Amino acid sequence: MINSSLRELSAALAARKISAVELATLFLDRIDKLNPALNAFITIDREQTLAQARAAEARVPKGTQSAGAGNTPLAGIPLAHKDIFCTRGWRTSCGSRMLENFVSPYDAHVVEKLAAAGMVTLGKLNMDEFAMGSSNETSFFGPVKNPWDTARVPGGSSGGSAAAIAARLAPAATGTDTGGSIRQPAALCGLTGLKPTYGVVSRYGMIAFASSLDQAGPMAKSAEDCALLLNAMAGFDSRDSTSIERPAEDYARDLEKPLTGLRIGLPREFFGAGMDDDVRAAVEAALAEYRKLGAITVEVSLPNSGLSVPAYYVIAPAEASSNLSRFDGVRYGYRAPEYGDLNDMYSKSRALGFGAEVKRRILIGTYVLSHGYYDAYYLKAQKIRRLIAADFQKAFESCDVIMGPTSPSVAFAFGAKSADPVQMYLSDIYTISTNLAGLPGMSLPCGFGAHGMPVGLQIIGNWFGEARMLQAAHQYQKASDWHVRMPEELK
Amino acid sequence: MSLTPEDVSRIALLSRIELSPAERETTREQLNGILGFIEQLQAVDTAGIEPMAHAVDVVQRLRPDVVTETDRRADFQAVAPETEAGLYLVPKVIE
Repeated sequence: MINSSLRELSAALAARKISAVELATLFLDRIDKLNPALNAFITIDREQTLAQARAAEARVPKGTQSAGAGNTPLAGIPLAHKDIFCTRGWRTSCGSRMLENFVSPYDAHVVEKLAAAGMVTLGKLNMDEFAMGSSNETSFFGPVKNPWDTARVPGGSSGGSAAAIAARLAPAATGTDTGGSIRQPAALCGLTGLKPTYGVVSRYGMIAFASSLDQAGPMAKSAEDCALLLNAMAGFDSRDSTSIERPAEDYARDLEKPLTGLRIGLPREFFGAGMDDDVRAAVEAALAEYRKLGAITVEVSLPNSGLSVPAYYVIAPAEASSNLSRFDGVRYGYRAPEYGDLNDMYSKSRALGFGAEVKRRILIGTYVLSHGYYDAYYLKAQKIRRLIAADFQKAFESCDVIMGPTSPSVAFAFGAKSADPVQMYLSDIYTISTNLAGLPGMSLPCGFGAHGMPVGLQIIGNWFGEARMLQAAHQYQKASDWHVRMPEELK
Repeated sequence: MSLTPEDVSRIALLSRIELSPAERETTREQLNGILGFIEQLQAVDTAGIEPMAHAVDVVQRLRPDVVTETDRRADFQAVAPETEAGLYLVPKVIE
C-alpha cells in the first residue's frame, strides 16, 4: 500500500479494501516509526488527522472507478503539507523560530482545495526557514535527512516534502518553488515534482518569500499522481491578485498520448561545464530513452541563463525584505523577551526570531532597494530577467519542451555548502531561470549517480504547458521504473 | 564595491535587525561575497530593455466595494504576543 499510486489508493478505497482511517493510520504509524531519524515532519497531530479521515469516509465513492484518470476521486487519500501553507488549527511555522508557536486562524487556498477534494492531512512538513535554502539546513527545527542516505541533504527548500514521500511517510505532499524548491529536492530524493506556470495555483495563505516568483505545486512519486493533485490544486482565487483566470484544465488528459514527434530542446548552456559526470550520464540515458519513444532532440540556446542566479539573488532578496517586514513582533510571531523602545523591540525580535540565512537575504534585499542602489542592482536585475524570459520564448520556437538536469550534482553531504552562501545558491543554477520567466518546470527521477543517490531530469514547458510536460514525464515513467524505487532499508 | 562596517550598520538599521559587533563583521564578509557575485550583472548591456517586474502581465482586478470579511478579531489577536481590550500592545511611542 505504501508504494501505491494515487489511482491505486483511490481504487482500494472505492472497493472498500481499506478505509480512509486505516490508510491514514498506516502512514501515521510509519511516521511515528521513521520520522525521528528523518525529521521530515515538524507537526503531527494524530487526532486531527483521524478526524479528517473519518469525515472523508463518507465521501469515498463506492464501487468501480469512473472513466478517465483525471476524474480519479482523491477523497480519503492522505497527504502532507509543507509548513509554508497556513492550515487552520495547525501550527504553521514556516521552518522558523519567528512562527514557532503560530497556529493559523485560516487555511491557504491550496489547503482548502485539497480538503474540499476529501484529502486527509497527515501533518506539516519541515522546510528551509521561510523557504530560503537548498539543503534544508536552515530550518529552525533542524535539518531533514535524505532517506537514501541520512548523511546527505534532501535538498530544499521543500526538503521535508521530498523526504516524506521518498521514505513513504506520505503518498504525496505540497511544495513551493521560488527558485527550484520543488524540483531540486524532488531530484535529490528520487521523486516527481511540478512547479506550475506562475499564477496557476493561488498564493493565498502561502507564506510569502518572493511574490513574483513563488508558486505552489505537487510532489509525489509519479507524473500521473502530480497531474491528479494539480487538478485539485489549480484554479482561480480572487484573494491572490496574480491568480490567473482561465478555464479549468484536466492536467491528466494527455498522459496516455504517445510522444511521437515531440521536439525536446536541449539548451547547450545546461550541458556544459558545471554538471557532474554521474548526473550527465543519467540525463543522457534518459534522453536516449526519449528518442526511442519517438521524440526528437534539438539543440537550443538560453544565452543569458548563466545570469539567472545573480539576477535571482537581487530580485528574490529584494522581494523578501519587503515581504518579511510584516514580522514585527506585534501582530503575530516571535517577540523578544526584553527590549527598550519600539524600534528596539522590532530589531531584537527580528534578530532572535530569524535565522542567519533569512537575515542575510533581508539585509541584501534592503541594500539593493536602498537609495542610490535601486537602479544599479534592482532595476538592472529586472532588465536581465526580461532577457532571460525572452531567451525561453526564442527557444520554444523550435521545441515543445526543454530538458536538462535539475541539479548539477546528486545530494551532497551535510555541511558541504553551508559555509559559503554563494556555493549553496549555485545548486539552483538550472532551475532558477524558469521562475524568473514564470514558466512551468518539473523534475522526475532518471537514474542513480554517485553513492547510489537519485538523479533528476528537468522538463521545462512554455506557459500553461503542464499537460504536455506531464505527458512527457508519464510516457517515460511507463518505460522506466526509477520512480517506483525506494530505499531498501525503509521497506 | 565593498561594504564598510558603517554600511552594514545602516542596512541593519533599515532592516530592523540587531547585529552584535561580532555578527557585523561576519555579515559584512558574507554580504560582500554575495555582492561580488551579483556584480557580474553590471557587465550586461541592458540599454533599451524594459524592467520585468512580474512573470505574467496581469492588471490589478477591481471588486465591488462591499464588505467581504467577517469579524474575526478575536481569532487574529489570539496569535498576537500581547493584546489588551482588542488592542495590540507595544512599548510607548509618544511620551
